[in-house]
Amino acid sequence: MTGPRTSRYARDVAVVAFAQSDHRRRTDELSEVEMVMPVLHRVLAATGLKAGEIGFTCSGSSDYLAGRAFSFTMTLDGVGAWPPISESHVETDGAWALHEAWVKLQTGEADTALVYAYGKSSPGSVRDVLTRQLDPYYLAPLWPDSVALAALQAQALLDAGETDEPALAAIAARSRADAAANPHAQLRGDVPQGDYQVRPLRTGDCPPVGDGAAAVILAAGDLARRLCERPAWITGIDHRIEAHGLGLRDLTDSPSTRIAARHAGLFDAPVDTAELHAPFSSQEVVLRKALGLGDTVAVNPSGGPLAANPMMAAGLIRIGEAAARIHRGASDRAVAHATSGPCLQQNLVAVLEGDAR
Amino acid sequence: MTAASPPEVLRAPLVVEFPFTRSLGPVQSAFLTGLRDSVVLGVKTADGRVLVPPVEYDPVTSEEIRDLVEVAATGTVTTWAWNERPRPHQPLDTPFAWVLVKLDGADTALLHALDAPGPEAVSTGMRVRVRWAAERTGAITDIACFEPYDGPAAAAAPAPHDGVFQDPVTGIVAEARLDYTYSPGRAQTAYINALSEQRTVGERCPSCHKVYVPPRGACPTCGVATTDQVEVGPAGTVTTFCIVNIKARNLDIEVPYVYAHIALDGAGLALHGRIGGIPYDQVRMGLRVEPVWTEGGRHPDHYRPTGEPDADYDAYKELI
Repeated sequence: MTGPRTSRYARDVAVVAFAQSDHRRRTDELSEVEMVMPVLHRVLAATGLKAGEIGFTCSGSSDYLAGRAFSFTMTLDGVGAWPPISESHVETDGAWALHEAWVKLQTGEADTALVYAYGKSSPGSVRDVLTRQLDPYYLAPLWPDSVALAALQAQALLDAGETDEPALAAIAARSRADAAANPHAQLRGDVPQGDYQVRPLRTGDCPPVGDGAAAVILAAGDLARRLCERPAWITGIDHRIEAHGLGLRDLTDSPSTRIAARHAGLFDAPVDTAELHAPFSSQEVVLRKALGLGDTVAVNPSGGPLAANPMMAAGLIRIGEAAARIHRGASDRAVAHATSGPCLQQNLVAVLEGDAR
Repeated sequence: MTAASPPEVLRAPLVVEFPFTRSLGPVQSAFLTGLRDSVVLGVKTADGRVLVPPVEYDPVTSEEIRDLVEVAATGTVTTWAWNERPRPHQPLDTPFAWVLVKLDGADTALLHALDAPGPEAVSTGMRVRVRWAAERTGAITDIACFEPYDGPAAAAAPAPHDGVFQDPVTGIVAEARLDYTYSPGRAQTAYINALSEQRTVGERCPSCHKVYVPPRGACPTCGVATTDQVEVGPAGTVTTFCIVNIKARNLDIEVPYVYAHIALDGAGLALHGRIGGIPYDQVRMGLRVEPVWTEGGRHPDHYRPTGEPDADYDAYKELI
């Protein structure tokens, strides 16, 4: 057998390696390149590839976290960017950098890609920083922070009878209990649900703020199998966006996620694993519904973003964690989801499959 | 503290402020000018929905929409969240509710703040009305907030509006300020600390042996950590230069002056500096220079000629 079980694209492309940092509240002693570089070395070592052998490099990050323009150029020092490499960057979560790299491999312009993402939230106040990504005319002047916007969505879910506060607390508890087995997670084990941050969301419903980085390597065709014993084939990937006005949307649903999932072929066959980028417990409720996930699916066995949510890397980590489960035989067909923007504004869905056993 | 403890990482406040000047299209201009004049406008789609706040293109069909209507300043809360600890710049500095409000006559909801005594006084479906700001400029903050309201709708149905106002607002200045605490990390902390002792240190790549100054912790050629600290200089060689003829604002340097790339002795690449102590038209490639420190300065103020013979071109051509 030479490829994944289902294939809808010009080339078979797989995630062949994944690495991430230990996610921590602060990393003052590390510049961004010092934080990213060990992760790059680990993901390269997993495949035996050298930096100069990578066909395309793409990264995801945001200048607003660091408070500096073109901050991503500094982390290129960790890649080995001389002699010149084929490189690109997205000013959002690295899951979208992975999508760009996947497109590059589909065109045949490259056979391998290094995708990495990082975020240091510790220099600033991430709740305030994220208000600057909002519509500058109607929203940004009011400084509604990310927790407040998620809380509006949570209340809409409560009013619609889609969940209740004990159910949200159970999502938070399950995530952090699962994260006990994840040495990279920032919050693990028995974490108190705490007080309201913005009601109805309590501390436990919100992701930890932290610094971290992640990287994956993509490879096409037979090369993927040479680099990895059990490649995680990307059998479908798509991303969609909601209208940006929050008041235009039904906050209890995520039609963009559902459309992306349909285009990625998620509904063609069952999945056993879902890595969901739901930074708030209430958003897992929305995503489970949009993706039609039943109780038999292992949701965020890594602990998910409630256990570690490094900005701009957490979505890429979902793809990486799903792929890693396929690599080690713990999953045969997994869905990974990444989000960006307030209240699940933008959503990317990838379906990953291992070779049949 | 043991001898092996790394030095304390430097930290400093970093403020990023940007007053973006943004122009408004016809729809947003009418909406924000309307708020200044205590009028709330929406826009009507081809299928008859009224969007408040208004947008210029139908989010479903992408058709251009310009059909303005006036809606009421009263409405109904569609969802809410109680904000016990308001953050800087938010509409109220006492605890308040974030609300999405569907104004009477509108089919979509507007985000804003609701002034209420506590969460028990807020519910989905409650009636509210606009509290106008005392001073209005044509911005979303012309709505100071919403407040609970028991009365009837101020208007039964949206009324057509021509969007024409005296002295319309055509732009906004989106002020923003973000406060950070910047830490340069281990490598640059060591560099800055050495400068305070009037020394310049770089870091050597363990693979290609090039010495980077200032060091950033990684060799961009090899993609590996540079950990081997090396003191370079103090003297160096001008590898290239330019003559600056435009006086910068707030800079107390007479023009023309020379700005140069200087390869400090032992460094694998050049850094920037101003050349002084020599007429501007006598600076040349290969000129040997040394740093001049001013009292209390955290970096060399400028570089001046050492008086040595010029460096041979072959000695620095790889560093240009």
